[in-house]
Amino acid sequence: MYFFQELFEGLSISFHAIRANKMRSVLTTLGIVIGIVSVTLMSTAIEGINRAFDKSAAAFGTDVLYVQRFPWVSNDDWSTFRNRRQLEVKFAARIERQASLVDAIAPVVGTTRRATNGNNTVETAFVTGTTQQYLLASGGSISDGRFFTSEESAGGRPVCAIGATLAENLFPHEDPLGKTIRVGGYPYSVVGVFEKQGGLFGQFTTDTRVFMPLANFQTHFGGRRDVTIQVRVADQKQMEDAKIELEGIMRQARNLQPGKPNDFNINQQEILTQTFGPISATIATIGLFITGLSLFVGGIGIMNIMFVSVTERTREIGIRKAIGAKRRTILMQFLAEAAVICLIGGFIGLGLAFPLSLVIDQFLPTAMPLSVIFIAIIISLTTGLVSGFLPAYRAARMDPVEALRYE
Amino acid sequence: MNVIELKNIVKTYDMGGAEEVHALCGVSVSIAKNEYVAIMGPSGSGKSTLMNIIGCLDTPTSGQYLFNGVNVSEMDDNDLAKIRNKEIGFVFQTFNLLPRSDALHNVELPLIYAGVSASERKRRAHETLANVQLGDRVHHKPNELSGGQRQRVAVARALVTRPSIILADEPTGNLDSKTGDEIMMLFEELHRAGNTIILVTHEPDIADHAIRVIRLRDGHVEVDTLVSKRRTYTTAPAMAS
Repeated sequence: MYFFQELFEGLSISFHAIRANKMRSVLTTLGIVIGIVSVTLMSTAIEGINRAFDKSAAAFGTDVLYVQRFPWVSNDDWSTFRNRRQLEVKFAARIERQASLVDAIAPVVGTTRRATNGNNTVETAFVTGTTQQYLLASGGSISDGRFFTSEESAGGRPVCAIGATLAENLFPHEDPLGKTIRVGGYPYSVVGVFEKQGGLFGQFTTDTRVFMPLANFQTHFGGRRDVTIQVRVADQKQMEDAKIELEGIMRQARNLQPGKPNDFNINQQEILTQTFGPISATIATIGLFITGLSLFVGGIGIMNIMFVSVTERTREIGIRKAIGAKRRTILMQFLAEAAVICLIGGFIGLGLAFPLSLVIDQFLPTAMPLSVIFIAIIISLTTGLVSGFLPAYRAARMDPVEALRYE
Repeated sequence: MNVIELKNIVKTYDMGGAEEVHALCGVSVSIAKNEYVAIMGPSGSGKSTLMNIIGCLDTPTSGQYLFNGVNVSEMDDNDLAKIRNKEIGFVFQTFNLLPRSDALHNVELPLIYAGVSASERKRRAHETLANVQLGDRVHHKPNELSGGQRQRVAVARALVTRPSIILADEPTGNLDSKTGDEIMMLFEELHRAGNTIILVTHEPDIADHAIRVIRLRDGHVEVDTLVSKRRTYTTAPAMAS
C-alpha cells in the first residue's frame, strides 16, 4: 500500500517534470525512440532471415537423404573430391532392392533449358528428370493437379509437373493444367503444379523447376548426367541407421575396398541447419550489438538529463527530505521519471517500428513477433532504470541541510 | 517528560585538512511540552546548527539528544526521516513550498510520506488549510499567493501531521512587518492551542513573542531566560568549559 502510494506520487511528479521541460523531454525521448526502433527492426529482420531459412530448409524434407557425388558443405579442399565419378541411375534400383529402412527412392537428374508457353518465356527453367517416387522422396507437394504416375514414368510420356513460380510466369492469366509447354523445344503437357515454397535457396526449391519422367529427360537432354538419388527414410528416428545402410550399399555398388574413403556423399537438410545456425547466431549477435549501441547512447542521454534534473531540483529534494521523504522515496521518484521517459520512448519507438517492419516484410517473410514487443518494453524500462539509477542515487543521498541551502 | 532533551551536544565540521570548526561546543537544553522558545544569536553563533540538530536534519558529533525520550542522536537517515515526518513541523524563512504544486498538494505532502490514504489526506489538508484561513485558496499555486499566504500554507504543512514540535526558522524574515505580525499571531494561537514552538531568529522583536529565550554565542548557551518573568533560570554547564 505504502509502496504504491510512493510510486504513484513518483509518477505524478515525473509527469509534472516532463511537461515542465517539454523540449528537453522530447529530445531525450528521441534518443530512446531511435534506439528502440533500431533494436526492434533488427530483431524483426533476424526473425525474418531465420524464418526464410526454415522455410527453405523445409523444402529439402527433414526425412530425406540425398546420395550425391559432392557434399553440400565441406571444409575440405575441392581437389579431394573433384575427380569423383558421377553417380548413375542404376544405383537407385540397387538401393531399392537392398535398403530396408527407406520407403521412397527417386533418381534425379537436372539441367537448365528455356521453357515457353506461346509468348511467355522463362529462359532458365531447372529441368528435372525423375520418377513418380520423387513426390514422396522430397519436401515438395502438389497444389493443383497431380504428379506423373508410374505408368507415365515407365512409359516415358511427355508430361510434366511445374513449380509455382514457373507456372505464374508461363501462365500469368490461365490455368496451366492440361496445357502444353515447350521445354528446350520439346512439347510437354502440364499435369500438375507444385505448391509455392519460397525461401533463400532458389534453385533447390520446386518453384522454378519442371519435372518430367526420367526416360524423357534422358532422350531429350542427354543420358550421361550426374544423378542425385533422393531417399526418404521410413522412420525419421532411424535416419542415422539408414545413412549407414545407404553408405554400405553405395560402397558395394562402387566396389570400394575397406579403408578407402567414400567417393560419394549422403547429404541431408540437417547439414544446412547445422551450418546456418551458427552463422545466423553470429549475424544476430553482431546486429543486435550494433543496434544496441544506439540504445546505449539513448540511455546515456537519459542519464545526462537526469543528472541535470537532479541538480536543478536540489532544493526540492531538500524540502521533500525535510518533511519526511526517505532515501528510498527520493530514489523512486527519480527512477520513476527516467522510467517514464524511456517507456514513452519505447512505445513511440514501437509505433514507428511496426509500419517499418511491414516494409521489411516485402523482402523477408516476417512479422514483428509479439515477443519483440514485450522485449522492447522491457528493454526501454530497463534502460530507464539503469541509466536513471546513478542520478537518482545521488539525489537520494543528498544531505537535507545542504540541499535546503542550495540556491 | 521533556519533548526535547539535549545533553552536551557538540557539532564539529571538518573543513578539510587539520582545520575544524566547532559550531556547537557542548549545548544542553531541555524543552518541555507546550513551551514557546526562541533561539537567538548572531550569525556564526551556532543557532542554525542547533536548529538542524533539533529538527533531526543533522546529527551531533557527540552528545545525546532525546526526543520524547527516544535517543535520536545515533539514528540512521531513514529513522530520522520518520521522526521529521511525524514529529517535527518545519516552517522556513523562504517558505520552501513546491512551486509547481498547489496549496493542497503542498500540505498533503507530509501525509503522503506518512502513508495516509488519499481521502484522509485530502480531508486533513483541507481542514488544516481552513484553520490558517486559506480554505478558499486550496488550489492556488505558490506564485498565485502573497508572501503571508505562502507562509500560512507552510504553517499548514507543518501542522498537518500534528507534530510534537513546530520548528520555525526566521519565519518572518521574508515578510513585511504587518504580514510578519500576522504570522506571529498565528504562532501565538498555535501555542495557546497546546503546540510546542521553537523559533529561530536574530530579531529581538520576533523573539519577544516567545515565553523563553535561549541566546547562543560561539557555540555555547549564553543566556536562557523566561521572557515573561525576565528571570535567568538555568545556565548551561558548558558555560564553564
